[in-house]
Amino acid sequence: MTVRSNNVKIHVSHLQKSFGDLEVLKDISTDIYEGEVVVILGPSGSGKSTFLRCLNRLEEFQSGEVVVDGYNMADKKIDINKVRENIGMVFQHFNLFNNLNVLKNLMLAPVDLKKADKETAKKQALAMLEKVGLSDKADAYPHQLSGGQKQRVAIARALCMNPDIMLFDEPTSALDPEMVGEVLQVIRQLAAEGMTMVIVSHEIGFAREVADRAIFMDGGYIVEEGTPEEVILNPKEPRAIDFFNKVL
Amino acid sequence: MINILTVYGQLLIKALGQTLLLALLGLFFACILGIIFGIMSVLKSKVCRVIQQVFVDIIRGVPMIVLAFFIYFGVPYAFNNLLGVRMVLTALQAGTIALALNCGAYMSEIIRAGIQSVDVGQMEAARSLGLSYWRSMYRVVMPQAIRTMIPTIINQFIITLKDTSILSVIGFPELVNTAKTVVANTMDSFSVWAIVGVMYLIVITTLSKVAKALERRLSYDRKK
Ligand SMILES: Nc1ncnc2c1ncn2[C@@H]1O[C@H](COP(=O)(O)OP(=O)(O)O)[C@@H](O)[C@H]1O
Ligand SMILES: [Mg+2]
Repeated sequence: MTVRSNNVKIHVSHLQKSFGDLEVLKDISTDIYEGEVVVILGPSGSGKSTFLRCLNRLEEFQSGEVVVDGYNMADKKIDINKVRENIGMVFQHFNLFNNLNVLKNLMLAPVDLKKADKETAKKQALAMLEKVGLSDKADAYPHQLSGGQKQRVAIARALCMNPDIMLFDEPTSALDPEMVGEVLQVIRQLAAEGMTMVIVSHEIGFAREVADRAIFMDGGYIVEEGTPEEVILNPKEPRAIDFFNKVL
Repeated sequence: MINILTVYGQLLIKALGQTLLLALLGLFFACILGIIFGIMSVLKSKVCRVIQQVFVDIIRGVPMIVLAFFIYFGVPYAFNNLLGVRMVLTALQAGTIALALNCGAYMSEIIRAGIQSVDVGQMEAARSLGLSYWRSMYRVVMPQAIRTMIPTIINQFIITLKDTSILSVIGFPELVNTAKTVVANTMDSFSVWAIVGVMYLIVITTLSKVAKALERRLSYDRKK
């Protein structure tokens, strides 16, 4: 577990978000520090994905404040693409680019955004593939990979932009059980390297192991927040007690 | 029949050339219209989407023969008599416009469906890496959309090629129009129409074969 620095990486206050009439996030406030690993838990439909997607503005929100790396995400004048370069995101369903092979999936953004020339980007991509244990898959297309391999490629792809922050939305939920471990291992390694991460997950054991902090969401609110031990083993709110009784 | 081929063969080949010219011109502008309106139909802007929808509804609701008459006779009439501006359209110009509008509307629908068939996660992943909407469209979404669109687009090309025959009504010397003259001269409608039918058949079958080959070459999840 890494030492928490005092730098606030992500500041969220009174975040409110609706889809039409449906108010999904009602009043969310929290600060996430540099190097911190935060796991978000909660029942399906509680707004976890929506919260995560507000952090890189894949979803626009109605009111409240989200400040990432000093950028006010509600401000229409910021260059959102520049801000996103620094925030990697990993999706439940991988979302690898189906038209590109693994190497090109990794090289697309760095080359297209002129973060690196082709040679450098390729070297870095190969290094990232090595890191996630998939050096032999550089030429494979997404449809030729298993779920666990796809997700490791997706993580490597995000890392190729050298982000400061990584967001994970249920990275192992779409995987067969035997492939969960290989993906968690990569995330564990990132935690050890001090990456700031926000992870939506149902892997309770993993949450207890890597997270500095756990957040339990329900009905558009943060219901419990604290160390994983506190939140998972000794929840105080009835909704949280009920949830952890069911999943533990 | 041999007789007709020797005497009128060259004329018919030339007419086929005119048919192909008209089809190519029409398709070229149809592609441009199709891409513009197709992209408009997937934008966030409601105005853009409504404009595309109205365009498609109009083209769907009006037979092409009416559209052709309207463009060839109606539009110049309006310019000359109502606006007082001299304007003439050649049959080729009017035919190209009619084909382009007609095929363009259907192409825009094909392109819309193709783009929408690509999982939104592809766009989101590209955006999350910092690519702009248009770069994501260009590098990730369109390449995948085009692959699914190709069979339908080729099919639309074939329909458009056949639709050129409708433009015989505005006097453009394409295959059907020319064939009519040949029939009038020879009185052998059986042979003439048989020959013309075979000519269309050869061109269109070749096009279909090329399409199949192209489709196979472009697919990335079937081979390898
Ligand atoms: N794009 C959307 N449009 C409308 N409703 C949505 C959209 N995305 C999510 N929702 C709704 O918002 C609520 C929270 O969804 P989500 O954030 O995905 O929850 P979780 O990730 O915790 O399961 C759900 O009721 C869901 O149906
Ligand atoms: Mg979710």
